[in-house]
Amino acid sequence: MTAIEKHPTPMGFGRMHRKEDVRFLRGHGNYVDDIVLPGMLHGAVLRSPHAHAKILSVDTSAAQAHPKVRAVITGETLAGLDLAWMPTLSHDVQAVLATDKVRFQGQEVAFVVAEDRYSARDALELIDVEYEPLPPVVDARHALDEDAPVIRDDLEGRTDNHIFDWEAGDRARTEEVFAAADVVAAADMIYPRVHPAPMETCGAVADLDPVTGKLTMYTTTQAPHAHRTVYALVAGLPEHRIRVVSPDIGGGFGNKVGIYPGYVCAIVGSILTGKPVKWMEDRSENLMSTSFARDYHMHGEIASTKDGKILGIRVKVLADHGAFNGTAQPSKFPAGFFGVFTGSYDIEAAHCEVTGVYTNKAPGGVAYACSFRITEAVYLVERMVDVLAYDLGVDPAHLRMRNLLRAEQFPYLTKTGWEYDSGDYPRALRMAMDMVDYDELRAEQAQRRELNANGESGDLLGIGVAFFTEAVGAGPRKHMDILGLGMADGAELRVHPTGKAVLRLSCQSQGQGHETTFAQIVAEELGIPPDDIDVVHGDTDQTPFGLGTYGSRSTPVSGAATAVVARRVRERARLVASAMLEVSPDDLEWEKGRWFVKGDPEAGRSIQDIAMAAHSSLELPEGVEGHLDATCVYNPPNLTYPFGAYICVVEVDAGTGQVRVRQFVAVDDCGVRINPMIVEGQIHGGLAEGVGMALMQVMAFDEDGNHLGGSFMDYLLPTSMECPSWQLGETVTPSPHHPIGAKGIGESATVGSPAAVVNAVLDALKPYGVRHADMPLTPAAVWRAMQGRPLRPDLAIT
Amino acid sequence: MKVTIEVNGRTVSEEVEDRTLLVHFLRETAGLTATNIGCDTTSCGACTVLLDGESVKSCTVLAAQADGHQVTTLEGLTGEDGELHPVQRAFREQHGLQCGFCTPGMIMASVSLLKHNPKPTRDEVRVGLEGNLCRCTGYHNIVSAVIDASGQEVDR
Repeated sequence: MTAIEKHPTPMGFGRMHRKEDVRFLRGHGNYVDDIVLPGMLHGAVLRSPHAHAKILSVDTSAAQAHPKVRAVITGETLAGLDLAWMPTLSHDVQAVLATDKVRFQGQEVAFVVAEDRYSARDALELIDVEYEPLPPVVDARHALDEDAPVIRDDLEGRTDNHIFDWEAGDRARTEEVFAAADVVAAADMIYPRVHPAPMETCGAVADLDPVTGKLTMYTTTQAPHAHRTVYALVAGLPEHRIRVVSPDIGGGFGNKVGIYPGYVCAIVGSILTGKPVKWMEDRSENLMSTSFARDYHMHGEIASTKDGKILGIRVKVLADHGAFNGTAQPSKFPAGFFGVFTGSYDIEAAHCEVTGVYTNKAPGGVAYACSFRITEAVYLVERMVDVLAYDLGVDPAHLRMRNLLRAEQFPYLTKTGWEYDSGDYPRALRMAMDMVDYDELRAEQAQRRELNANGESGDLLGIGVAFFTEAVGAGPRKHMDILGLGMADGAELRVHPTGKAVLRLSCQSQGQGHETTFAQIVAEELGIPPDDIDVVHGDTDQTPFGLGTYGSRSTPVSGAATAVVARRVRERARLVASAMLEVSPDDLEWEKGRWFVKGDPEAGRSIQDIAMAAHSSLELPEGVEGHLDATCVYNPPNLTYPFGAYICVVEVDAGTGQVRVRQFVAVDDCGVRINPMIVEGQIHGGLAEGVGMALMQVMAFDEDGNHLGGSFMDYLLPTSMECPSWQLGETVTPSPHHPIGAKGIGESATVGSPAAVVNAVLDALKPYGVRHADMPLTPAAVWRAMQGRPLRPDLAIT
Repeated sequence: MKVTIEVNGRTVSEEVEDRTLLVHFLRETAGLTATNIGCDTTSCGACTVLLDGESVKSCTVLAAQADGHQVTTLEGLTGEDGELHPVQRAFREQHGLQCGFCTPGMIMASVSLLKHNPKPTRDEVRVGLEGNLCRCTGYHNIVSAVIDASGQEVDR
């Protein structure tokens, strides 16, 4: 591991300290709750205590009478404005404030606007709602039972809780391969419901100017432009009179992609009072009502020859989507990119089918660095390979090495239709195995097992391997859109007369360092120092349209757009330079930062000189308009496919079931690294998330539909104590189709690490005959698995 | 009631409700928004400040309890000349922050940690910062930053 040393600002790619740190370190970040506007009021949401109940009446009279209350909004108020329901990102509808019944605990029922935040909360207590409880659907496996209560009776003709069926791959061919295989290993596994839990919760300040009719919406959004369009469609406001501003965001992790009822209520509150209205949710509200992640119940099967050549994989998934289908994903992909479940292996056939169901829980599904369900896909295949290794009695790392795709097979078309761009998988796995000294570790484990068997040690040693292929950078507009908006992203670059530049982007950083790395891309292409380039994002009045930051798509899409605009500016600069030097543009050659005459390096003009000339009275060639700027909308030809080899070493206390992560080695390959320091930080964060999911995090429900993970007292996040010092390695296999060869990286570690940790724990438990156990592997879950009585982590019903 | 608190060396005196939390007093009355709110159960530490030199979670202290006391927030760490405190500098040097939301609390907790243990080991830093959650960094670089700020060689 290289130390991050004091390093000068590079003219392009390389380690560079972050520009955004300057304000964050002094407490001068500007997050939504920091915003104070003249006359600003405060909103608070009244939520349902029931998972499923009819609303008989809502009495707001006492709240209305509170001296500091300015407005109380109910479902009925919204129905009068045709805003009681709003469209979701999955072509369903979601209640903004419940009118007919509540469908999950924590659902929004009323909204109070008051002069301060304390009074708004006080007034919630004064609202009297009469409910008639209904039986809830809690266990997704019973959502389609004939006698299951129908959750979505608001949808015309709906008589069950079925949302969709979706499949990928070749069913007939897969059946043939499975029928002919020597070995078929099967396992059921749950990827339990978890939550992204960014440190900053969701919130907004809605400011509808009663004179101009213009709405300014300061809000925690990862996709400000998409929000603007949706507000225009939902609220009927003209889109040019909506300005969405995403200021500094305290982490997103997919939690801040969609539109939540609180945002709409804040807008309505501002319309009704003529004042700005701030709404900032509490942590418990964040956990209970905003986008959850995962909740996939998977039945996996893997077929192989008796000597371990993997032949096929098939999967059946039951997907719990909660009460409204609000999943954020491209329209044609109801199960996201789960189709990449064939992973990093060269196989003959694959097939999957996914069924989505409604339950009495909050909506969501796609969030928490999942890259549109790739977390689930990678977990499935990486667990199945370990289950196969268990059944065959072979080493899981060696089984992978034997079946990994080889470098010469790229671009590789998977059996479910994904074209992987590039990869050198065996090299990465070998590096990871060398970094942990794999053979030495296995020897230590054998020794330890002998001590365990003789009762001389209670500490079990486990080694977990995971190899993943990601698919990020959605995506080609022909296949990918969200609510009809194609997934291309814009960039605009303007170089000022003195050679300083402003880059405007549609992506939206939530801590990933875009203000630094995107300036580095321009610096690399134009030779303008990164400190001379300001990156503007998050203000829809100032930036080009695009779909925002999630799915690790910023580098693949906006990063490509940035390189393209910089190259367009470079070409314009060439024409200006040719006029300055009175030579043909063909006679000019570029070196970073200047055009010069071929064969005469002394005769040249710097990009700064060219910028001034472009704005001057210099006579320009025919057709050249002057100024030094360019725009681009980048429609990616394919996704990028970063990959990685992870090895986790754990120690498990056989007496208590407690797991300690002793060592974690992560070798990642995201192609060209714009800023290795930032890439490493992204990986560190994702690894911690993986440890959290594998060992600690779950949002469980009891039989009444009570949410049992609704605060940080129960929903546990890893602290500095549960995380080891991460050891990172890297290989570089550039994306051939990307302008700078870079692939996304943000979500790789979250995608790859849970399987590595779980595989490690189960490897430790192998002497106990444990073949699979579900996350989170809490001490109780591990201990129960060792007793042969596995725990259902997602239900408080046994 | 009227409370008078010395915040970063400046006297802030204001009429507040008895129930006003110190974190809201700092953010809304004193107008110092570095101190953040990340939870409602005293778990996350984003609101950590120094109260008479000791780190406390300001979401779990009433403004009234701080009456007549001294509070230091992140804004109070930077010198008059704008010079960064060694801990602030080290967080940037070691890339110990990403979204920046836990950073103010994390830095205040680190300042307190180093006051009690000027040369901590990496493990001691982890124990010392256990009350502060971070969702972005995976803690690794935060630990490195505290080691760096303590003047020790960063062994990664």
